[in-house]
Amino acid sequence: MIRVVLPPHLRTLAQVHGEVTLDVPGRVSRGALLDALEARYPMLRGTIRDHVTEQRRPFLRFFACERDLTHDPPDAPLPDAVASGAEPFLVVGAIAGG
Amino acid sequence: MSGVRVLVGTRKGAFILTGDGKRKQWHVSGPHFAGWEIYHLKGSPADPSRLYASQSSGWFGQIIQRSCDGGKTWETPGGEKTLKPGEMPAGESNKFVYDASPDTGKPLTTHQWYDGTQHPWEFKRVWHLEPSLADPDAVYAGVEDAGLFRTSDGGKTWRELAGLRGHGTGPKWQPGAGGMCLHTILIDPTNAKRIYVAISAAGAFRSDDGGTTWKPINRGLHSQYIPDPTAEVGHCVHRIALHRSRPNVLFMQKHWDVMRSDDAGDSWREVSGNLPTDFGFVIDVHAYEPETIYVVPIKSDAEHYVPDGKLRVYRSRTGGTEWEALTQGLPQRDCYVNVLRDAMTVDSLEPCGVYFGTTGGQVYASADAGDTWAPIVRDLPAVLSVEVQTLA
Repeated sequence: MIRVVLPPHLRTLAQVHGEVTLDVPGRVSRGALLDALEARYPMLRGTIRDHVTEQRRPFLRFFACERDLTHDPPDAPLPDAVASGAEPFLVVGAIAGG
Repeated sequence: MSGVRVLVGTRKGAFILTGDGKRKQWHVSGPHFAGWEIYHLKGSPADPSRLYASQSSGWFGQIIQRSCDGGKTWETPGGEKTLKPGEMPAGESNKFVYDASPDTGKPLTTHQWYDGTQHPWEFKRVWHLEPSLADPDAVYAGVEDAGLFRTSDGGKTWRELAGLRGHGTGPKWQPGAGGMCLHTILIDPTNAKRIYVAISAAGAFRSDDGGTTWKPINRGLHSQYIPDPTAEVGHCVHRIALHRSRPNVLFMQKHWDVMRSDDAGDSWREVSGNLPTDFGFVIDVHAYEPETIYVVPIKSDAEHYVPDGKLRVYRSRTGGTEWEALTQGLPQRDCYVNVLRDAMTVDSLEPCGVYFGTTGGQVYASADAGDTWAPIVRDLPAVLSVEVQTLA
């Protein structure tokens, strides 16, 4: 199972506590992971990436295995440790605001 | 037993203030959607238990929330968690996509930008939700960049009424300092086909066919901050209001100037009269006296707070021109708050209640049509919107 850590506001929106676990069929890429996340939690559609263009929302980033994967292509395979569930995939909000 | 439910949107969440019929005892619920900007929430006139809220953030974009129990619980319409892997997701309640089809949206895909060039329409947020007067599942949404959307399935999906952007003047619309937003939607209570909207900074518009076709209704407006002060569009209208018994009479708080129309917006005349300043955001009409109107004058467009450190609501009982200051119970020194365009409303109890919220986090109520005021709450986040439901 793939482990995903959402920022607090999205955990509230999805009504989940702690990590989310997902079954991602086929090759595990960011796009496939987000597809599975949005299929399981439809209320998250549009909050991480645009409904139509699927562009990442500007103030969100994607980290895993101590790497910034934000600018990797969405269909690039995620690290083996994420695919195996050893490490979580992190959706991180920019530190900003007031 | 009658009572009221005041729906308050703030910079950091929503609050629901429930009052008794005398509007003296209050229960405060919230924050709902804590930490998110709540530009507006409003109840359905057809089903008071049905509420809609616009929730947004710079990080996560737009969310639409719906309550079917008067605000006790909320849901994203069509966003319920799916139980079966592979089930087709819904979750389109926050999908606001401008119509670019050849028949309606195309080729109107740009508007005027700050530098005078044309700029594509880009959805940012929902400013205002206006539920249908008859159908709890039907709601209009006014959005930034300015456009009008409608749902007929309780908020699960939204479709643009593209005739507004497409009627011809769209390329001349431009954003004001607060963005290019459609912030006011009025439905004629005697004719559901007649809808008024207002856009900053474009002006007021009217449809007589349920939102399919539109025309600007800005004749008589005079705005010195645009090259042609009497242009067909380009005016920064802040708010319009009508009385349900006389929907052809409109009142407007423009950037500067308080205006009135007696012909459904076909022409306007100024009724600022003796106001200390005619800049402001809110305007509203008494529930039972169609010539009694309320504004909150703001010092200027450079200084967005009340003049002289005094929070004063001004009331006209003559449909404008002659105004009296209402001060009892409101701070009359060292007060420097603003009252934003969606942050005043009236109930339909007798006597009429008037409510407004400030950028300082106070929500004031008057249970006697404005003669006296008292705060319901003093220390909320900055208030963006105030609506009230009169409960049987």
